[in-house]
Amino acid sequence: MSITIDARGYSCPQPVLMFMKAIKSGSENEVIVMVDTDASKENVSRAAESKNYSVTDIQQQGDEYRMTLIKD
Amino acid sequence: MAKNFFAGRWGIICVGAVIGILAGALQKMGNPGNMGICVACFERDIAGALGLHRSGVVQYLRPEIMGFVLGALIAAFSFKEFKPRSGSAPIVRFILGFFAMIGALVFLGCPWRALLRLAGGDGNAIIGLLGLAGGIWIGVLFLKNGYNLGRSQATHKSVGLLFPLIMLGLLCLMFLYPQVAGENKSGVLFYSLKGPGAMHAPLFISLAISLVIGFIAQRSRFCTMGAFRDLILFRHIHLLTGLISLVVFAFVTNFILGQFNPGFEGQPVSHTMQVWNFAGMVLAGLAFALAGGCPGRQLFLSGEGDGDAAIFVMGMIMGAGIAHNFGLASSPKGVGPHGIAAVAIGLIVCLFIGFTMRKNIKGV
Repeated sequence: MSITIDARGYSCPQPVLMFMKAIKSGSENEVIVMVDTDASKENVSRAAESKNYSVTDIQQQGDEYRMTLIKD
Repeated sequence: MAKNFFAGRWGIICVGAVIGILAGALQKMGNPGNMGICVACFERDIAGALGLHRSGVVQYLRPEIMGFVLGALIAAFSFKEFKPRSGSAPIVRFILGFFAMIGALVFLGCPWRALLRLAGGDGNAIIGLLGLAGGIWIGVLFLKNGYNLGRSQATHKSVGLLFPLIMLGLLCLMFLYPQVAGENKSGVLFYSLKGPGAMHAPLFISLAISLVIGFIAQRSRFCTMGAFRDLILFRHIHLLTGLISLVVFAFVTNFILGQFNPGFEGQPVSHTMQVWNFAGMVLAGLAFALAGGCPGRQLFLSGEGDGDAAIFVMGMIMGAGIAHNFGLASSPKGVGPHGIAAVAIGLIVCLFIGFTMRKNIKGV
């Protein structure tokens, strides 16, 4: 299952909370997270790694980032 | 793109160390006791310098605050992280800043100063830090239950530049109306002749050090509130390692410079009314948690274009003015005549905000 989280405009810790909530069911193999600050990008990456997700791709689109996180 | 060293584990430890060492050095060079850096106290002194309150002992246009914002601005521009944004519940941020300042002034220090007081041997700081953690813990409960301030919007570059420009303007005022020995006023600015406001490191040293700290703190996202929040909320210790590093290095610096004096009584710019040391910081911690950053972090965010963080800072400065005009701020003798009432009102306001700004986040 794949899910997309739009965390643009939210400041920390919201993007991480949204990611945590999304993976709670355990059925998400791929999570796409959209953020718009570097701090959010780093925070989500750190949270993902602590939850055994790998950041496989980060695409920059203007001032925004689209992160692809895959369950290990 | 080069990986951001400062955002890694060793990066945040280095940043904490640099802040701890430089804070100790600033104290040695003239800043008040255990107040090498205190964002709340320094904003309060700025409020005094501008005449927003007329407490004669805490009036000085602290260049450290301008340096933090401008250092963060330089870092943000250097690394293409300047992102002008605003519109995420500005009035709420103002109110949170207002009461965060009042809570901090009942304790007598922001989280940074609480850590520096601890590193200087002030035992009262332990009670304050426990209060801070307690306030943040309440904030985390709200966060877990869907509290959030809503999205910000990307906006014009000029919007993000306004606050750094205000800081630049204040710096110009300081150069225009420098302190005159023995005078409590120079041009439009007030200067303390005695008390903590009269104690300061040389202007250019304060400015240079704070520019460095602003720069590296923006890169590292150093945040004292976040350190406790992430520990409680996610069991993440990343920011906490920076905070611990700050305390350790500030302690070592103080020890070497002869600034470590353990005890509870007679500590510089502090009081021993522990219930209010605790409660003041519960209020401050809750307000920081609801606003998403400690006072230092709000300055660095302001520097990278976050107009909402700038509003929080404005709220703090306004809160400082009111705190001294209304007798809410503590002094070494203890809490002010209306400090206790102000803490109670502040807690009620924060709870009101926390309970009413909840909704399930869309987009999941």
